[in-house]
Amino acid sequence: MDATPITTPRKSATFDDYTLSEIRRAAASGIYDIRGGGAKRKVPNFDDLLFLGASMSRYPLEGYREKCSTDVWLGTRFAEKPIHLKIPVTIAGMSFGSLSAQAKESLGRGASKMGTSTTTGDGGMTEEERGHSSILVYQLLPSRYGMNPDDLRRADAIEVVIGQGAKPGGGGMLLGQKISDRVAHMRTLPKGIDQRSACRHPDWTGPDDLEIKIQELREITDWQKPIYIKVGASRPYYDTALAVKSGADVVVLDGMQGGTAATQEVFIEHIGLPLLSAIRPAVQALQDLGMHRKVQLIVSGGIRTGADVAKALALGADAVAIGTAALAAIGDNDPALEEEYRKLGTTAGAYDDWHEGKCPAGINTQNPELSVRLDPELGGRRLANYLAVLTLEAQTIARACGKSHVHNLEPEDLVALTVEAAAMAQVPLAGTQWVPGLTGA
Amino acid sequence: MPEIDLGVTPLRELNGALHKLPKDTNETHWVIDNPAGGHAIAAGLDAPLTVEVNGPVGYYCAGMNKLATVQIRGSAGVGVAENMMSGFVHVSGDASQAAGATGRGGLLRIDGNASSRCGISMKGIDIVVKGSVGHMSAFMAQAGNLVVFGDAGDALGDSIYEARLFVRGGVKSLGADCIEKEMRDEHKAAVHDILTRAGINGQIDPSEFKRYGSARKLYNFNVDHAGDY
Repeated sequence: MDATPITTPRKSATFDDYTLSEIRRAAASGIYDIRGGGAKRKVPNFDDLLFLGASMSRYPLEGYREKCSTDVWLGTRFAEKPIHLKIPVTIAGMSFGSLSAQAKESLGRGASKMGTSTTTGDGGMTEEERGHSSILVYQLLPSRYGMNPDDLRRADAIEVVIGQGAKPGGGGMLLGQKISDRVAHMRTLPKGIDQRSACRHPDWTGPDDLEIKIQELREITDWQKPIYIKVGASRPYYDTALAVKSGADVVVLDGMQGGTAATQEVFIEHIGLPLLSAIRPAVQALQDLGMHRKVQLIVSGGIRTGADVAKALALGADAVAIGTAALAAIGDNDPALEEEYRKLGTTAGAYDDWHEGKCPAGINTQNPELSVRLDPELGGRRLANYLAVLTLEAQTIARACGKSHVHNLEPEDLVALTVEAAAMAQVPLAGTQWVPGLTGA
Repeated sequence: MPEIDLGVTPLRELNGALHKLPKDTNETHWVIDNPAGGHAIAAGLDAPLTVEVNGPVGYYCAGMNKLATVQIRGSAGVGVAENMMSGFVHVSGDASQAAGATGRGGLLRIDGNASSRCGISMKGIDIVVKGSVGHMSAFMAQAGNLVVFGDAGDALGDSIYEARLFVRGGVKSLGADCIEKEMRDEHKAAVHDILTRAGINGQIDPSEFKRYGSARKLYNFNVDHAGDY
């Protein structure tokens, strides 16, 4: 009789190939993995929601004939000069330093063409982005790199950054490869060192102090500028309530799919909440305080399509912000550069070693030979096209639901495909009246 | 010389008036009475004014100051002269936490003590404290000079970059990557210059100070130094 047949070799679901490769990498290097981007693991997201289009009980609007407005006012609570966006999609904060000057210019050109805003990052304001952004939000971060009152006064809004979705509770990180002469000068740091910026603000602790800090910012800018508070999604109900208490005009809520320039992988994948689970608690806090639509809510973290935009608005947000998608629109991780991505040991769509400054697309780099590859005019055109598509798609959905403004979308227009999404978004499971956590089983 | 009573005039009116002064104004000297610990007094000045504040101030007095001289006759709350760009801010009393935080230029003089985190993330400002400073002072200090006549609390200069710290008294403990360095003639000259600009030269011999700065061991991550964080 022949030998006993062997079973098919089976790999562990727990110790899969990726996990084993990370163990080997950690054993060889002695340092945690650092990368850019947001959470890559699958988390409940907007794909698990569906809109209920109009039929017998509701009337749809005619596409291309009946108006569906998309404009947004931000900062109407206190600011003498609130911001008016033509579309409900903004560009999230990304630093010069992390991004090339050409990338910042591309973002400014694209956003301005569509009548929306861009946002500075942990590194100060550059002439490229101020010059090409008709509406520019200036971030006040714990590091205060490049912070100066002249830029505060020439900004259109100020965003106090408490945290971001990729790393709630973490500070900034820009490794030495990207600290060029210009970046070093803007940040008052020696060239080539690893820059780990603080996770707490240097001159205030807690919401009581923040209220006074915001008062100072308003005094310096003569109460003209809207002041945003940005938080990473972790305790969205309380964080939103405290932001309102602190005097925010706008709350920016960033889910764990939101990208970062560079952070520990363990931070990105294991701290914070998916955006889907964070919006309703934040909206609830605003409603409980009687401030929904008075203090505006911008949400971000994994927004890809007009459907995502419409779903975020239906859950109660006033606008969304995009970062990773905007970079993809101007050329990041483009398969046309596959050969160069392979030389870096990766593949288009997976490249996330943004901190190394070797981005073949000229976006996440300070290497002048690489950054010059990005044509800001073309990048701006591509971003504007993408923003236009997001807006058209959101309008298409809103019209189908019978809404004359995208802000008229509401939770009642949504159902969920999974129990998890139904619970997180607080909308019924499709085909039922069941909202897990709110209604009976 | 305008004299403003903050017991009568709202803060917004005062700061608004200071911000709107034309460049060729003759009203370059202002006196503020009854500050009563109010916040953001004389914040965001952007002209070569002299502003005297008669009494204690709250948070962020002279915040982000440019060009102006602000005299505070009393104590100051959190973040006095935070992110100052240029000019001179003088506190005759004590200062609370984060005095001169993230300051990028100019000179801050504190005649009393300064609490914790004095000079945190300083980026070019010069700070003179005639008393002592609290714990975590000059945390992540990037550039500029902190001169302390008295003592420094725990973790002085933790994670410091290129700022220079001069302490005449004792240091309770040094923070990560902060070490004592040789006090050479160039450093004595720097202290002399700062004291001269602060209007207190001759009271203290610069050679009485010890100098502290970065060991630069944490500038680029090395796993063998992970325990220092």
